[in-house]
Amino acid sequence: MKTVVLVKQVPDSGAERRLRDADHTIERESADNLINEMDDYAIEEALRLQEAHGGEVTILTMGPTQAAESIRKALSMGPDQAVHVLDDALAGSCAVATSAVLAAALRTLSPDLVLSGAESTDGRVQAMPHMVAERLGIAALTGARKLTVGGDGTLTVERQTDEGYEVVTAATPAVVSVWDTINEPRYPSFKGIMAAKKKPVSVLSLADLGIDPGEVGTAGATSAVVSHQERPARSAGQKIIDQGDGGVKLVEFLASEKFV
Amino acid sequence: MRLNEEHQALRDSVRDFAREVVAPVIATHYEEHTFPYEIVRQMGKMGLFGLPFPEEIGGMGGDYLALCLAVEELARVDSSVAVTLEAAVSLGAMPIYRFGTEEQRRRWLPKLVTGEALAGFGLTEPGSGSDVGATQTRAVLDADREEWVLTGSKVFITNSGTDITSLVTVTAVTGTEPDGSKEISTIVVPSGTPGFTVQPGYSKVGWCASDTHELAFEDCRVPAGNLLGERGRGLAQFLSILDEGRVAIAALAVGLAQGCIDESLRYARQRHAFGSPIGALQAIQFKVADMETRAHTARLAYHDAAARMLAGEPFKRQAAIAKLYASESAVTNAREATQIHGGYGFMNEFPVARFWRDSKILEIGEGTSEIQRLVIARDLGL
Repeated sequence: MKTVVLVKQVPDSGAERRLRDADHTIERESADNLINEMDDYAIEEALRLQEAHGGEVTILTMGPTQAAESIRKALSMGPDQAVHVLDDALAGSCAVATSAVLAAALRTLSPDLVLSGAESTDGRVQAMPHMVAERLGIAALTGARKLTVGGDGTLTVERQTDEGYEVVTAATPAVVSVWDTINEPRYPSFKGIMAAKKKPVSVLSLADLGIDPGEVGTAGATSAVVSHQERPARSAGQKIIDQGDGGVKLVEFLASEKFV
Repeated sequence: MRLNEEHQALRDSVRDFAREVVAPVIATHYEEHTFPYEIVRQMGKMGLFGLPFPEEIGGMGGDYLALCLAVEELARVDSSVAVTLEAAVSLGAMPIYRFGTEEQRRRWLPKLVTGEALAGFGLTEPGSGSDVGATQTRAVLDADREEWVLTGSKVFITNSGTDITSLVTVTAVTGTEPDGSKEISTIVVPSGTPGFTVQPGYSKVGWCASDTHELAFEDCRVPAGNLLGERGRGLAQFLSILDEGRVAIAALAVGLAQGCIDESLRYARQRHAFGSPIGALQAIQFKVADMETRAHTARLAYHDAAARMLAGEPFKRQAAIAKLYASESAVTNAREATQIHGGYGFMNEFPVARFWRDSKILEIGEGTSEIQRLVIARDLGL
C-alpha cells in the first residue's frame, strides 16, 4: 500500500505565541517550530500499516524553508521519502488554497491512503482532510481512533464522536484523519536519525504543480484576518457549594464540558 | 564545540522522551523503590541501549558521545533511569563487546544492545573499592571439568538483580603474577548459575529507582570459556572501561546539574516574595547564574573528553577532570536548587529533593573525587 502522510510544521503550542500587528500572521520567531502534534500519530499509524502490510510511506509538507527541519524529523521516525511543496507565493495561504496545493501534490503521488492529523494545533480548522478528499473525489474517514485494513484493501475506521464512536468503511483510495487516541508515536532512534539524512526529499514549486500563484498565498486567500487582540486573562472558576446536590452539580459541570 | 545535526536530533529525541515518558511516573517508582521496567522497555525500543555499538551486532551505529548525550538528557529528569542506561551500556555490554570473543559476543550481546537484557559489572567488594588490586574474590580453574569455580562477594552492583538481568561480569583473582602480585581476570557469570546469589536490594539515600545489589559467589561454577579476554588482563580491562565510564558519569552529573537549573528557573518565576517573583531578586539570580556557569563548564569538559576519546587520543586526564568537576557541580547545584525552593525543596515530591539525594553518589561512584584528583596529579607527572 502506498501511503502519504500530510505533515504540517506549527509553532510549539506549549509556548506563548504572538501575532504580528502588521499582517496578523504569527511571529514565527516567538516559538519553536515543531511537527503538528496530531501528525505524529498519523505518521505512526502509517508506519504500523507498513510494518503489517508492506508498501511505502511518503511525507507531504507544504511550508517555508524551515519546514525542512520537520520533514527530516518526520523521516527519522521511519518513512521512506518526502515531498516538500515550497514556494514564496504560498505565504499567507488560507485553508482552501492549501487544500488545492496539497491535492495537486497528491495527484502526482497517487497514493492508496492519505493520512493526516485530525487538526493542527495552530489553525484548528479541522477541515483539511475533508477538503483534500473532496478535491480528489475520494472518501474522507475523519477523526479516527482506530484504523484497520481488510484483506481486500477495505479501510475500517472507528470514528470518535462526543458520545462514543461510529464504525465507517471505505474502499481505497481514501483520506483518513486521526486523533491522538489511535496509537503512541515512536521516538526517533539514532539509526532512524542517521537514515533520515539519506532519504530523498523532492521539492515542488507551484509551477511544478501547475498552480497559478495568484490563487494562493495572501493574494488568493478566501478569508482575511482584519484584527486580533490578546486572549482575555483567565476568569475565576465556578464555585459549587454542597447543599445536598453538590455531586449532581459536579457531574452536570463535567458533562457540560464533555469530561464524562 | 558544536554538536553535529544527528547528535542534536538524538538529544532532542531523548529530551522529549524524558519529559513525556519518564517525568510523569518516576517519582512513584522512586518513592516505592521499584525498577521502571516499562521505561526501560521503551528506551530499548528507541535504541538507547545500542547507541555506541555497530549495526552489525544490533546496535545503532552511533558513538560514545551519543550515549553521553542520552544519559545527560535522562538525568535532567531522573538519575535512576540515567544510571540504568549508563551502567547497562558502558559497564554491562561494553566489556563483552570490547574484550569478548566472537562466540561470546554472539551469545550475550544481541539482547544487551536492545535493552531486553541487562548486565552488571562486578568490581567493588566489601573490603575494596578504589583499591582494585585488593580484590578478594577468587576463581580457581577446575581443569578436569573445564570450569571456573568462584568464591567471594561483590557490593553495590548496578542492574545485577532485575528480572531481565542476564549476567554479571566479575573480576576475580585467578593466580599470582611472576612479580608476586595478584593475577586478576574477568569472568562472565550468567544469572541463575548455582552458587551465585543476588542479595535483597539496598536501602539507598538516592538512585532509589535503580537496581543495586550485593552478590555472593559460593562454589559457583561457570564454563572455562566464560573467561572474558585474556587471563590476567582483568585489571587493565576494567581500568580502560572505567576511563570511558567516567565520561558518561560526567554527562549524568551535567544532566542533574542542568535539571536543578530547569527546576529553579521554573520555581523562581512562579514563587512570589516581597511583592515580586523571587527570580527578580539578585540573591536568587546570582545563585542561578553560578549554577548555569557550573553546568555549562562541566558540559564542555565532558564533550572535550569524549571528543578526545573518539579521536583515539589519550583522554584519561580529561575524563577525570570532567568527572570530578561535573560531580562536584551537581552536588553544589542540587544544594543551591534546594535552597531556592525553600521548604518545598525538602519535600520528596519536588524533583529538586530527588536531585539532592541523587547527587552525592556522583562524587563517589565510578572513582571517588579523591581518585580523580590522584589520576589528574599522576598524569601531570607527580
